[in-house]
Amino acid sequence: MTKAFKILTFQASVLLAGVLMMSVAADMAKAVPAPAAAAVTIGNFTFKAPVVTVRPGTTVTWTNGDDIPHTVVSKDGVFKSKVLDTGDRFSFTFAKAGQFGYFCSLHPHMTGTIIVKA
Amino acid sequence: MPETIEDDRRDFLKCMAWAGTGALFAFAGGVPSSLGLDAAIAAPVRPKAAAASFSFLQLSDSHIGFNKPPNADARATFREAIAKVKALPVQPDFIIHTGDVSQLSRDDEFDDADQMLKEAGLPVFFVPGEHDMLDPDGGKAFLQRFGKGSKGAGWYSFDHKGVHFVALVNVADLKPGGMGNLGAEQLKWLAADLAGRHASTPIVVFAHIPLWTVYADWGWGTDDAAVALKLLARFGSVTVLNGHIHQITQKVEGRIAFHTARSTAFPQPAPGTAPSPGPLKVPAEQLHGMLGITDAIFVRGRERIALIDSTLSA
Repeated sequence: MTKAFKILTFQASVLLAGVLMMSVAADMAKAVPAPAAAAVTIGNFTFKAPVVTVRPGTTVTWTNGDDIPHTVVSKDGVFKSKVLDTGDRFSFTFAKAGQFGYFCSLHPHMTGTIIVKA
Repeated sequence: MPETIEDDRRDFLKCMAWAGTGALFAFAGGVPSSLGLDAAIAAPVRPKAAAASFSFLQLSDSHIGFNKPPNADARATFREAIAKVKALPVQPDFIIHTGDVSQLSRDDEFDDADQMLKEAGLPVFFVPGEHDMLDPDGGKAFLQRFGKGSKGAGWYSFDHKGVHFVALVNVADLKPGGMGNLGAEQLKWLAADLAGRHASTPIVVFAHIPLWTVYADWGWGTDDAAVALKLLARFGSVTVLNGHIHQITQKVEGRIAFHTARSTAFPQPAPGTAPSPGPLKVPAEQLHGMLGITDAIFVRGRERIALIDSTLSA
């Protein structure tokens, strides 16, 4: 490989990288942020993070870490998981702002709240 | 019989000390007393009382499908419990199952419980636990199989040899932040069911979650139980049998005696002694001593029911 060819290749690489960066920048300019996510673990018959605040569009995922099944049920009927056995997950995407109280329908003393605000 | 209360208390404590081999409780007119195990077993066949005496058996919290520590096979321990029933010297007239028949309300779990119970060859009366309400229709699978002829979420009553039995459901439509719940519709039905019955009629009430608050932090109670207990207060002999907490507890309030049964699947910790009410992970050699059945013996004329708890290791 000649020295001239190496320089050319390098310049081409820089150019390509630049084009890619511009394309990423253009995507970002379209205001489509990466999907936001939050997690709530269930353990010892509690929602480990009883109050979680997220932005609209955030997907919250609950994971049951107990060896007893639980559910995640909105107090106002907005969302309702099926029964979650050990290790099972349930996700819900909160599109709109608001305060969403929820509980475990098997063990109703287990409660939590997702606060969605822009 | 106030003069015998102290003796009774002593005997009662003696009975409590039988831990691991079975304990015996008896209730007379609301006052806790006790009688020997032999006497309790012999009582139903005493000629004087034979005609109206009978026993029934309580099974609870079989959790068919549970397969985690401390019990890799809740089916096997349920089968052992049923074998124990079949081996009783005096066969009960019927069995009551106070809920959590299944772990996840799956058809195969209900099927297996049903098949195993059939081996006992006795009628079985059920109430659902919260684990039996987990099908997509919120308890319909349980009711179709075990609750035929019941009302609402599965409540009903029946009479047997002069004793009125009331099956209540306190695991349906639970409220956020609450405990067990009977609900207005069921309480209205209960008032009508009890109305007109003579106060001397012995009453046995059974439901899954305790009808008195054992431990609120873990939801071990029923929010609107007081309404039901008020309706029961005028009766001379009321026995309330529950499950849910996988351990024996008892209490007497007025003329109402409360008792919770062991599970046949796994023990749970005593109130507040663990971070959560999850299964108590006892060593394998201790498990059978913490699972069990409850034999309830009714002796006509004594107005009391003797409850004999025995473990699977006994």
